[in-house]
Amino acid sequence: MVTSASNNALRFEDTHVRTTIGIVLAGLVAALLLSGCPSKPVSETGTGAGVEDRYARPDGATTTGLPGRPGVYTAADLNDPSSPLFQRVIYFEYDSADIQPQYVDILRAHASYLSSSRASMTLEGHTDERGTREYNLALGDQRADTVRRFLVAEGAPDGQMRQLSYGEERPAGAGQGEAAWALNRRVELVY
Amino acid sequence: MKRLITLLLLVFTAWQGTAQAQLTIEITGGAEGAEPIAVVPFGKPDGVPLAEDVAAIIAANLARTGRFKPMPRGDMVATPSSVDQVDLNDWRRLAMDNLVVGQVRPRSGGGYDVDFVLFDVFRGEQLANMTLASAGADLRFTAHRISDIIYQRLTGSPGVFATRIAYVTADRATAGGERVALRVSDSDGYNPQTIVASREPILSPAWSPDGRRLAYVSFENKQAAVYIQELASGRRERVAAHKGLNGSPAWSPDGTRLALTLSMGGNPDIYVLDLNTRALTQITDHFAIDTEPAWSPDGNHLLFTSGRGGNPQIYRVAASGGAAERVTFENDYNARASYAPDGRSILMVTRVNGRFRIGLLDLTTRSLRLLSDGGLDETPSFAPNGSMIIYATQYAGRGVLAAVSVDGSVSQRLSQDLGDVREPAWSPLVR
Repeated sequence: MVTSASNNALRFEDTHVRTTIGIVLAGLVAALLLSGCPSKPVSETGTGAGVEDRYARPDGATTTGLPGRPGVYTAADLNDPSSPLFQRVIYFEYDSADIQPQYVDILRAHASYLSSSRASMTLEGHTDERGTREYNLALGDQRADTVRRFLVAEGAPDGQMRQLSYGEERPAGAGQGEAAWALNRRVELVY
Repeated sequence: MKRLITLLLLVFTAWQGTAQAQLTIEITGGAEGAEPIAVVPFGKPDGVPLAEDVAAIIAANLARTGRFKPMPRGDMVATPSSVDQVDLNDWRRLAMDNLVVGQVRPRSGGGYDVDFVLFDVFRGEQLANMTLASAGADLRFTAHRISDIIYQRLTGSPGVFATRIAYVTADRATAGGERVALRVSDSDGYNPQTIVASREPILSPAWSPDGRRLAYVSFENKQAAVYIQELASGRRERVAAHKGLNGSPAWSPDGTRLALTLSMGGNPDIYVLDLNTRALTQITDHFAIDTEPAWSPDGNHLLFTSGRGGNPQIYRVAASGGAAERVTFENDYNARASYAPDGRSILMVTRVNGRFRIGLLDLTTRSLRLLSDGGLDETPSFAPNGSMIIYATQYAGRGVLAAVSVDGSVSQRLSQDLGDVREPAWSPLVR
């Protein structure tokens, strides 16, 4: 299911995603070899093989673990720092609603969890402060919509998701400059 | 050519009876060659306290335009309050171009009659000689109306002192998170009234053409929705709360329709809501962002911001829909466009070297003039006479409002003691 849906998912991304997905997959193989865990992300250790912090810089993100299968994830994963479900913020490039390749596996894990549970999720789209407020509301809406469509393509039931754009009105952090802005260009997956 | 002056206007703190923070205006740049004018303190019956100093309000209004330089009271050699007390030679010697005298007469049934006379000092002519009736609580507003008449007689353009400004304030310091309020004040920042307050974002206030209602976007129900609120009664109605985005309300010039941005079709597009029939018409349909609709003065078409060309630019479409044509080509980010009242130019936010600035595009010459220094300037709004533009900017790390004359020569800053101010919208001429 994951593999068949992934072709669909590529529609929402830049052409460069195709090559970087290969890189991500290569990384997954390496992570598997290192962890020796065949089916589920490492859960024993809090440091969890490069799992990013919820508010970590997006360009420092690395992902780990296999894309989940339906039923693999439980609500407990939401509180497990080593689970992809613990990661509930994904970041975007400036004036872009394209999903960056390093977040594909995180989103697949959430799609898997949604499809195997009755959990409901709000996708909150946000932007940095640059540009006009209404354009940023629209941009945040597009970001949330892109993520929702990706999750649907990956098997998440549409009815369990709601999307909402705050534009630039709810920054994750104050401050100006690229470091602050990068943290504000995001979609939050709120269960 | 331009001489920067910094002149702090008097802040009439004594008047500040209400607890609400109010906007104070600081003149940050002025034109050379401002005309000297004397506004003599208005006469009043002995022993009658007045809540407002009418002459001081008029003088401050005229000074704020940058076109007039009111005489300090200490320099006045006489204080006439009626025509028969005026000796124009007194004022010729002081090189005053114009003179205003007047008096406030309490009426027996309450309220006031306010007389005023405007003189051309050198020609010895009366340019205005009028009496305005004023309710007791409206004396300040009456001073604004007199200012409008004086401005119109001296410049030929209608004044905008008796107008109002809507704006959003955000106070981060309150317990329980940010407190956001939509407020309306007089054009000089006085008399602030809170229209709606919330812990959730409020943005995009838009005046109805009759000046009696505001449309705005509020997230109070954890979802963006568009409301229309009647100012006098506080009554309001939620007119758009569809799935997804509900934003960018813009009234048609005749007040019968509201243009909106909705994403219920899967993507932000422009729609027009008929306020009588509630019929909703989709105007644009594109997979890129379409937002920030603005009506042409004749109501025949809409400007809007679209990302369809790869970055945000201004487009134009018939108000009934159809093909859109691109309007802006200069710079890589143009957004939030609106027409000048005469329809000859377009006001917008434009990015130059990474800085967001206010630009005015002349539709005849196609030249783009920058009216602000920028950084993160946004939400420009024309005064209804087209003489000034108010916009949101940042100063000393806070959101403030700024106003600039269309020729760029005069600028002002409007700020509050606490919190951020943003999203200004200048009312129409009617009140």
